[in-house]
Amino acid sequence: MSEVKKIATRESYGNALVELGKTNENLVVLDADLAAATKTGTFKKVFPDRHIDCGIAECNMMGIAAGLAAAGMVPFASTFAMFAAGRAFEQVRNSIGYPHLNVKIGATHAGISVGEDGATHQCNEDIALMRTIPGMTIINPADDVEAKAAVKAAFYMDGPVYLRFGRLAVPVINDRKDYEFQIGKGVVLKEGTDLTIIATGLCVSEALEAAKKLEADGIRAKVVNIHTIKPLDEELVIACAKETGRIVTVEEHSVIGGLGGAVCECVSENCPVPVTRIGIMDTFGESGPAKDLIAKYGLDAEGIYKKIKSCDIK
Amino acid sequence: MKKAELLKRANEVRKGILTGVHAAKAGHPGGSLSAAEVFTYLYFEEMNVDPKNPKDPDRDRFVLSKGHTAPGLYAALAERGYFPKEDLLTLRKIGSHLQGHPCISHTPGIDMSSGSLGQGISAAVGMALAAKIQNKSYRTYTLLGDGEIQEGQVWEAAMFAGHKKLDNLTVIVDNNGLQIDGPVAEVCSPYPIDEKFKAFGFHVILVEDGNDFDQLHAAFEEAKKTKGQPSVIVMKTVKGKGISFMENQVSWHGSAPNDEQYEQAMKELEEVEEALCQK
Repeated sequence: MSEVKKIATRESYGNALVELGKTNENLVVLDADLAAATKTGTFKKVFPDRHIDCGIAECNMMGIAAGLAAAGMVPFASTFAMFAAGRAFEQVRNSIGYPHLNVKIGATHAGISVGEDGATHQCNEDIALMRTIPGMTIINPADDVEAKAAVKAAFYMDGPVYLRFGRLAVPVINDRKDYEFQIGKGVVLKEGTDLTIIATGLCVSEALEAAKKLEADGIRAKVVNIHTIKPLDEELVIACAKETGRIVTVEEHSVIGGLGGAVCECVSENCPVPVTRIGIMDTFGESGPAKDLIAKYGLDAEGIYKKIKSCDIK
Repeated sequence: MKKAELLKRANEVRKGILTGVHAAKAGHPGGSLSAAEVFTYLYFEEMNVDPKNPKDPDRDRFVLSKGHTAPGLYAALAERGYFPKEDLLTLRKIGSHLQGHPCISHTPGIDMSSGSLGQGISAAVGMALAAKIQNKSYRTYTLLGDGEIQEGQVWEAAMFAGHKKLDNLTVIVDNNGLQIDGPVAEVCSPYPIDEKFKAFGFHVILVEDGNDFDQLHAAFEEAKKTKGQPSVIVMKTVKGKGISFMENQVSWHGSAPNDEQYEQAMKELEEVEEALCQK
């Protein structure tokens, strides 16, 4: 059996920017002294005149991006999720969200898979923060194929977009001819009738593996990939609730305010069914190898499988 | 435009400020009045703008970084013809396009939403940078309060503007000396303002009286001639300028005149107008 190809979505981000930059002169890329890590350095090599390093000043970078957008350019402002959504939250809200400017925020190093840098740099709150900003689109791609499609779709839509990327190389699961990416549209990856696992980001491939394990135990789990957290594909979520009567959400983010929160809000208002949220359980992360952390915090296939087995399903 | 005409326009802008803030029963007259001349100068003399085409991609840009003085900017925009002067009576009211702080998507002529202090200058820097990248000749102006420059983001933006040698950017600091909690020098001194901007790579232009059109004219001409670095005009002004009982009174930073005070203020401005007409 051949090894599954693995690519970090931050790599996909850098590569997608280069592709778009070739045909779109109004695309500019901003960074805050992290071009090597966010992979915008790839863009810088090809288009040095359209790569702007703002230095270690994320709040100013968001404001500059707003000014560039107000002047008709399409800026991708890039830094770690912690600083994009955390440090610069108010700049994103007031200088980008409120005027609804056409700024794309490329937030890499999201979640605990940052690894060894530890809790200060592991942002498990960004989706929750960004969700509260009116008019903000939030996309959390699952793999290389989806990440590149998301960057392209974000460029071609008008309005602010928060793109969430990871540091860790993750399996490519969407490498198929019929793959289509549409902002706001969830993807059913596996059918099932006993419950629906709704996952996002790097947890999608883990959820698929967990579903296989459940299948062996006679539990048929439907698996849905929600790449766009806002606007949420409510139609699909409600359909899953009706069909399977039970939902489990999985995300590399706090269980407060992220995918789990969004799904709970949706089903409780439209079709109340039990929802189990798997994610970071209202705690800070810690240093360690990314894969070990994902396992420790129960976000790998084994952790998802065990959590679902502990629930009273069937 | 002749100086006499600018003086009349500035007086009209002051009336607009008083009218708006009085009607709203809230707002920030002090810092709007201190900047009445600079608003007037920018929109009637300095900037290449057309009220009939407020989104012209080649227009000069203005960002009111000290966004709470929106009544001053609104009064200038109305005077310039972007929208009817009567709209000033709707300031801060539900459904009005004149929000408490400037908003790009509400009001014709507003180039950037602002009001959270320290943020406007970054957007102005972004606009100036866009002009450089796109080889456009428009200029970008931004007005900051002297209290506002206590915000760290101002210096992030200044460092970047200096580093990028954005000579198409003119930053203006309204040094009226007062902020909500008292004199800026007592609250948390921003002085020396000129030396700070100089250290960040700016060409510094000091204006002894920012309520004087001749001095403003000289300053803006010098800024335009300056190449290879951004310029900052640090102008000393009088907070509440033009209304006897508001001048240099910190209490008028963010409070509206009652009916009696409004009448008194408008009477003073009418007297100025009569004097200007007799000249």
